[in-house]
Amino acid sequence: MPVMTQKMTKVFERPRSLADIEFTYCPGCHHGLITRIIAQVIDELGIQERTVVVGPVGCSVFVYQWFRCDGIQSAHGRACAVATGIKRVNPDLIVFTYQGDGDLAAIGTAESIHAANRGENITVIFINNQIYGMTGGQMAPTTLIGQWATSCPDGRDAGLAGYPIRFSEMVAQLDAPVYVTRQSLYDQKRIMATSRAIKKAFQYQVECKGYSLVEILANCPTSWHMTPTQANKHIADVVTSVFPLGDLVDRG
Amino acid sequence: MRDKILIAGNDAIAEAGIRAGCRSYFGYPITPQNELLEYMSAHMPKAGGVFVQAESEIGAINMCYGASAAGARTMTSSSGPGMSLKLEGISYLAGSDLPCVIVNVARGGPGLGNIAPGQGDYFQATKGGGHGDYRMIVLAPATIPEATELTMLAFDLADKYRTPVLVLVDGVLGQMMEPVEFRDPVDPATLPPKPWALTGAQGRPPNIVTSFFLDPQELSELNLKRQDRYRRIVTQEVRYEEFETGDATIVIAAYGTVARIARTTVKLARNEGIKLGLLRPITLWPFPYAPLRALSNRVKVILTVEMSAGQMLEDVRLAVAERAETPFYGEMGGIVPTPRGILMEVKKYASYDAEDDQGF
Amino acid sequence: MPKGMILIDKERCKGCGLCIDACPQHVLSYSGEYNQKGYNVTWMEDPDRCTGCAFCTLTCPDVTIEVYREISPGRGGNNA
Repeated sequence: MPVMTQKMTKVFERPRSLADIEFTYCPGCHHGLITRIIAQVIDELGIQERTVVVGPVGCSVFVYQWFRCDGIQSAHGRACAVATGIKRVNPDLIVFTYQGDGDLAAIGTAESIHAANRGENITVIFINNQIYGMTGGQMAPTTLIGQWATSCPDGRDAGLAGYPIRFSEMVAQLDAPVYVTRQSLYDQKRIMATSRAIKKAFQYQVECKGYSLVEILANCPTSWHMTPTQANKHIADVVTSVFPLGDLVDRG
Repeated sequence: MRDKILIAGNDAIAEAGIRAGCRSYFGYPITPQNELLEYMSAHMPKAGGVFVQAESEIGAINMCYGASAAGARTMTSSSGPGMSLKLEGISYLAGSDLPCVIVNVARGGPGLGNIAPGQGDYFQATKGGGHGDYRMIVLAPATIPEATELTMLAFDLADKYRTPVLVLVDGVLGQMMEPVEFRDPVDPATLPPKPWALTGAQGRPPNIVTSFFLDPQELSELNLKRQDRYRRIVTQEVRYEEFETGDATIVIAAYGTVARIARTTVKLARNEGIKLGLLRPITLWPFPYAPLRALSNRVKVILTVEMSAGQMLEDVRLAVAERAETPFYGEMGGIVPTPRGILMEVKKYASYDAEDDQGF
Repeated sequence: MPKGMILIDKERCKGCGLCIDACPQHVLSYSGEYNQKGYNVTWMEDPDRCTGCAFCTLTCPDVTIEVYREISPGRGGNNA
């Protein structure tokens, strides 16, 4: 049995901005980890009382439930437009969207690109796990060539379905965004880097610098048919070769 | 005494929105409503408000969804093809109980149709259009002064019932000019607070705006509550106008631009001794079933005239329930009926009048 | 080496094993004990080796782990 001694101090506890509700995600899913990191950043910046969470449609459809912040559910893909409406009428609020690859980079392409191009002072958290998890594992716009999915049973064929879309690179071509970065969570170093990136993105919004996009290469052990350990290794060895990590724009 | 100014319908509706205390407008250009968006781009910032030309009608309605959730009076406008795109957002507004004012300056359809006036969006406006069990208050002015009054009313109704409200005009009303005496502007700071709005969870539990409820019991109860609210709207908010119906034996049922034309037809008919009246629904939902039902007990013919293939006609027939004849005269493709054209239709049924008189 | 300890909320653990991978001291393993949801939950198999580095909790997708560490006098905590 582990023993608590008098000299011991608590060095990690649940972030205050994280509601005491269990995640509905599958075992090992990175969504929970990202949610915890965001909550911690909200705590560190002291912005819980003025943050609004804009949720997507997808596995993270309940994202607003997990923060002790005001929240809104948006139609599939429209989160950046919804965030625009909120932020424009109340610029004191800290508004962030939390969107998957289908939401942000397929059905919501127009809303996502144009919010970035207008330089809306919002933070976009983009979870790229290369699959439609919630609906059962169909092909996403970011699905890798050859990757199996329930709607590309022979693997993604570029001739039929095109190539995995590098959304952050597209946004990085625009003049308005202040911060565009791609991060991952496959080891401690990457988790810490992702935490720093998310904090920077929120910090820029607090400082009214403008639009930030943090793309995170996340896993989907269930739909990838891998253990969480194998999924992390897959991200490190394969996914990052298609979606290179690092900052694409930092005009802060 | 306030000044009367000569103003086009699209401009007047925009000005009425600002005067209603609306400080956020999100839109996308489409003919014949472009002047409304342009007016907002010039005047909303001067009023200290937000104007965004969105990437699409879908973007615009979802910006309204966000702005409304944040507690602001908000407005968007479009025409038929753009309205079809907005329906997704309208369903979410209704499902999340959010107020919003939407203006449809309707044109000829379906598809891209044309840019001439039309009334073919009646079904879309009054019967849902978007998915799920929702209703939307639909206000149909027939003149530009009335359009400004109803636009201001639309904001009050939207807030009162926490529902999207549609102001349905057509290209004629959007483009034509009339003298208007505007009501005094509303100061947004004096509007009732919205405790449900997303203003930051400071000193209170988080507010959540959502239409997503996985538990069937919970979703059912929310729907039942919303239906209660709709029943309240039906009992309290029906608006209509009757013109020369007192002794009428034939009544025209028409709304908007067509009702305005039909008023002239009533005068022409009465000059020829035909006892013609007009019933003009001002709210298309809630629809004035009761006054039409009452009329159907004492007139022989209720002639519905629309710039469509007969859409409001279905509501008229529902109200009349075969107690009177319910013929239809419609024009499509952007053709506007003339007073004499309608009179010719009326005369087809004026014989009912004569037969009746001989009987006595 | 500082001395550490963790508390795992067993009912929230989904047995994904990411903390087991993350622990540099190989303290953690599957306990063989199943929670009410049927997940094989993690436990400290070798608690004496725990340094309180918090790698486990930084990895845990379900925020199930609280971390404690002995802070020697004069040294600030290297907070997670």
